[in-house]
Amino acid sequence: MKLKLHIWRQKHAQDKGKMVTYEVDGIIEDMSFLEMLDVLNEKLIVNGEEPVAFDHDCREGICGACSLTINGIPHGFEKETTICQLHMRHFKDGDTIYIEPWRARAFPVIKDLVVDRAAFDRIMQAGGFVSAHTGGVPDANATPISKIDADKAMDYAACIGCGACVAACKNASAMLFVAAKVSQYAYLPQGQPERKKRVLNMVAQMDAEGFGGCTNQYECEAVCPKGISVAAIALMNRDFLKASLTDAS
Amino acid sequence: MSALVRFFQSTILSKVVMAGTGLVLVLFLLGHMIGNLQMHIGQEKMNVYAETLQHLGGVLWIIRSGLLLFLVLHIIASIRLKALNLSARPEAYAFKNTVKATLASRTMIWTGVMIALFLTYHLLHFTIKATNPQFGGLVDAVGRHDVYSMVVLGYQNVLISIVYIAAMVLLGYHLIHAIESMFQTLGINHPKYNSFIHRLSVTLSLVIVIGFISIPVGVLFGWIALPAGVVAL
Amino acid sequence: MTLDSKIPSGPIAEKWDKHRFEMKLINPANKRKYSVIVVGTGLAGASAAASLAELGYEVTAFCYNDSARRAHSIAAQGGINAAKNYPNDGDSIYRLFYDTVKGGDFRAREANVYRLAQVSNNIIDQCVAQGVPFAREYGGYLDNRSFGGAQVSRTFYARGQTGQQLLLGAYSALMRQTGLGNVKLYCRHEMMEVVLVDGHARGVVMRDMVTGKIASYAADAVILATGGYANVFFLSTNAIACNVTAAYRAYKKGAGFANPCYTQIHPTCIPVSGDHQSKLTLMSESLRNDGRIWVPKAKADKRNPNDIPEEERDYYLERKYPSFGNLSPRDISSRSAKEACDDGRGVGQSGYGVNLDFRDAINRLGKHVIEERYGNLFQMYERITGEDPYSVPMRIYPAAHYTMGGLWVDYNLMSNVPGLHVLGEANFSDHGANRLGASALMQGLADGYFVIPYTIGHYLASYKKEKVTTDHPEFRKAEEEVRGRIGSLLSLNGSRTVASIHRELGNIMWEYCGMGRNETGLKKALELIPALREEFWQNAKVVGDGESLNNALERAGRVADFLEFSELMCHDALARNESCGGHFREEYQTEDGEALRNDEEYAHVAAWEFTGVGSKPNLHKEPLVFENVKLQTRSYK
Repeated sequence: MKLKLHIWRQKHAQDKGKMVTYEVDGIIEDMSFLEMLDVLNEKLIVNGEEPVAFDHDCREGICGACSLTINGIPHGFEKETTICQLHMRHFKDGDTIYIEPWRARAFPVIKDLVVDRAAFDRIMQAGGFVSAHTGGVPDANATPISKIDADKAMDYAACIGCGACVAACKNASAMLFVAAKVSQYAYLPQGQPERKKRVLNMVAQMDAEGFGGCTNQYECEAVCPKGISVAAIALMNRDFLKASLTDAS
Repeated sequence: MSALVRFFQSTILSKVVMAGTGLVLVLFLLGHMIGNLQMHIGQEKMNVYAETLQHLGGVLWIIRSGLLLFLVLHIIASIRLKALNLSARPEAYAFKNTVKATLASRTMIWTGVMIALFLTYHLLHFTIKATNPQFGGLVDAVGRHDVYSMVVLGYQNVLISIVYIAAMVLLGYHLIHAIESMFQTLGINHPKYNSFIHRLSVTLSLVIVIGFISIPVGVLFGWIALPAGVVAL
Repeated sequence: MTLDSKIPSGPIAEKWDKHRFEMKLINPANKRKYSVIVVGTGLAGASAAASLAELGYEVTAFCYNDSARRAHSIAAQGGINAAKNYPNDGDSIYRLFYDTVKGGDFRAREANVYRLAQVSNNIIDQCVAQGVPFAREYGGYLDNRSFGGAQVSRTFYARGQTGQQLLLGAYSALMRQTGLGNVKLYCRHEMMEVVLVDGHARGVVMRDMVTGKIASYAADAVILATGGYANVFFLSTNAIACNVTAAYRAYKKGAGFANPCYTQIHPTCIPVSGDHQSKLTLMSESLRNDGRIWVPKAKADKRNPNDIPEEERDYYLERKYPSFGNLSPRDISSRSAKEACDDGRGVGQSGYGVNLDFRDAINRLGKHVIEERYGNLFQMYERITGEDPYSVPMRIYPAAHYTMGGLWVDYNLMSNVPGLHVLGEANFSDHGANRLGASALMQGLADGYFVIPYTIGHYLASYKKEKVTTDHPEFRKAEEEVRGRIGSLLSLNGSRTVASIHRELGNIMWEYCGMGRNETGLKKALELIPALREEFWQNAKVVGDGESLNNALERAGRVADFLEFSELMCHDALARNESCGGHFREEYQTEDGEALRNDEEYAHVAAWEFTGVGSKPNLHKEPLVFENVKLQTRSYK
């Protein structure tokens, strides 16, 4: 099939950038979306043009590197699917596709479709951990955890840190990302000792990074490739309020 | 004071302010609506109710300033969040799209602004009576301020009724997202109760809107009529 | 090159304890005076960087991704082994040790494997303490499942995302240390050179992939945890950017490269659908717990698999290996699939696929049970192929997946270059010629959490070193080399894309150094590779500049190294005149087609020494001594 692509091109962080139109031909159904871009890039290289830069690595939906907004929807329109797992059988000949980077002040564009998501790492540094140093921990079965709680924790731990939640939110809010981590630990006994400190520090860092606030539209949940529920955000709101009111440190 | 500033600096706490003040305002709306429904019973009932409120004296002013304070906080928090949210995405998408965000949720700030404008007009109209100073002179047979007639006279103007009805529809739109959102912001989200919360917010919004609208509609259709002796303006 | 494995003396069960006592210590106050560089932030790198920083060392860590959390360890699905024996089914440290040595076809170092089995239990404890949400039973205790190559259930798992959860555990520890300022973490940085001063590894030259800046970093020791080289096959289950560059640069600086021909071809991957394909996707081996593998008995039987009656199906693994059946080890399962397809009985468009059928399991357990166990994998399969595996069998085919070979290391995980330590998949040490499922995660974390924190202290305490800064001429020299190399890559202005050359290299390697190898083929590959390398330097095209993010340049650098490294793999495969584990030499097989080992001549580690590009490397042998397990023909029948 033949497609018309409108792609954001930006040489470097300071460049103004613009949408550029390309046409690709010979796209087949079994290709993934990124393989379709590979076809375009191969063509560009042969023509001596710079290929379109985009983040990607595992191409099996787990590393969280790929980060394209397709026709205004991060990762495209397939439910719970990263863009690397979206296949071209969902498109048809002659389609026009807009491809843009994640848009957020806290995710500045580095080049073309590549953005800097270091803000997420800094939020994790602020409290996205259990302070268990290597060694000296009890036997793994010493503390039973109900299967229901363990499963809940796993639901939230499934976050791949791609940032689609931020990209989809009209406020570029990182609430779902932060809440997923807060909720994972909130459901586990290991997370309890630092529960208050964690939520206060992570939220403070989130605010400092310049993400927007949550207006409960749940676009984040709708585009999350791992289907993380906004119930996490409610839990974080609750924990944060409680911690703000009672934290003595 | 610094505690207040800190409160507003946090996006989540700003949202808590929105939700908390919103809750009070919704409760006020519900009470105001129920009180107003007495228009359907008649002049006597309505004017007694109005006089009871007036005779609260200092307490009335405490309630009024409290409501004003909550309203102002609600507005400040919303403006501050809006500014923050706008600055969080300096470059917009060329192709705009959404998956599940409702129109109501996407237009909160605009419905909010319209409601604020309407509220100003409403206060000037019926409370301060700046738009219609003659309302102040209306008294009923036993000498009470004739609120009943004032409202009927006010709504007999079709244009004014339409403004009121439109404003209430916007309010309902605002509430449908606001009430449900309030639960989420305050941390109440549970798969067992989420559909109840959704139904509750829709029902509550509808009740408030229909309750308020029933009065201008009643006046326009003549169910709520002027008492004998009061001259239409 | 001298290969001193430094295996401690004494009974195998006591070696590690004894060694831990004998190793030198550095007192807590002095640790901060020592600096360590860690390249790579996968399971091994992140766990090492975090653990060393906790101890007080000054750690600098690098990764090529935009975040340390994206290392390819994240893609491991099935689980992690440990000898906890929670199910009470007869497991023990000794059995895990034995299974791993046997699974590796008796080509691993006993002492290392025993230590791995010993610390496996600590890993599970550590991960649980970090908040890794392992699967649990209703009683609240940890659940286990079985995996290929073992008859006990010793695999801990977190749905189909065990690697992700373990990596996020290590990453969270790393983030904690980074936040505390104990680790300096540089993302989007790629290693270009290891720098040796007076024969000791004293630093690295890195390229900042965003600005293109070439910069040196000096330290008292260097750790490479840079993963495997399966992308030499172009199509593999590895992430797109996984590469051999760091390990290969170290090899060029004198580190021995051990057993490069030991590559694992994973039996359960989604088959190749066409030339456009950029990577292959693995379906967890855990699927083999409930799925039955079969091909039609008749050749070129293109009927819908559901229309093929029971008596016309060949459940070849169950037939050939009745006691392990569908859970036979990876090398054996892969080879059997290849045999069936080579025999013309493969399924799917290309004929290179076999059925993995859940019909019986669904009938026996109900669809919901299968959905609960493998839901996400089934979903992934459907996304990629557009077919519903609940109603038609999955089609699978082997794909390059993991590389057992790697830089040679001693018992302390140090290469023959003093100070250069190698962890995880990048080293060769624990899996012999074939890795068992759920053992890679175990090894990566064992190396990072529980081995290197002890052994690096011993190294640092043992040598009196002078302070070296990046102003040292060796750093200047290395940087110049790097700049020169980048310059020549950028000057390539032919007509072929780097990807097309990589694809061609992959085809050569898959054809001649893949699942089955023979002398003629390997010799042919050794002619084709230098020619392709020549083609690359003559006719490849690299666009863009060196001063900004340039994916084309990055890829060219990696492919250039693969074009040299692939030759080393073929030399190794050619020199090993036996079949063992992932290395199947067609000349050496039993009458019924099983691998034929030659313990007399080849019970050794083959460590290769670089002698120049295009020149045959020198072979050094570390004999493997088996004092605790009896060498026997590996049988899963």
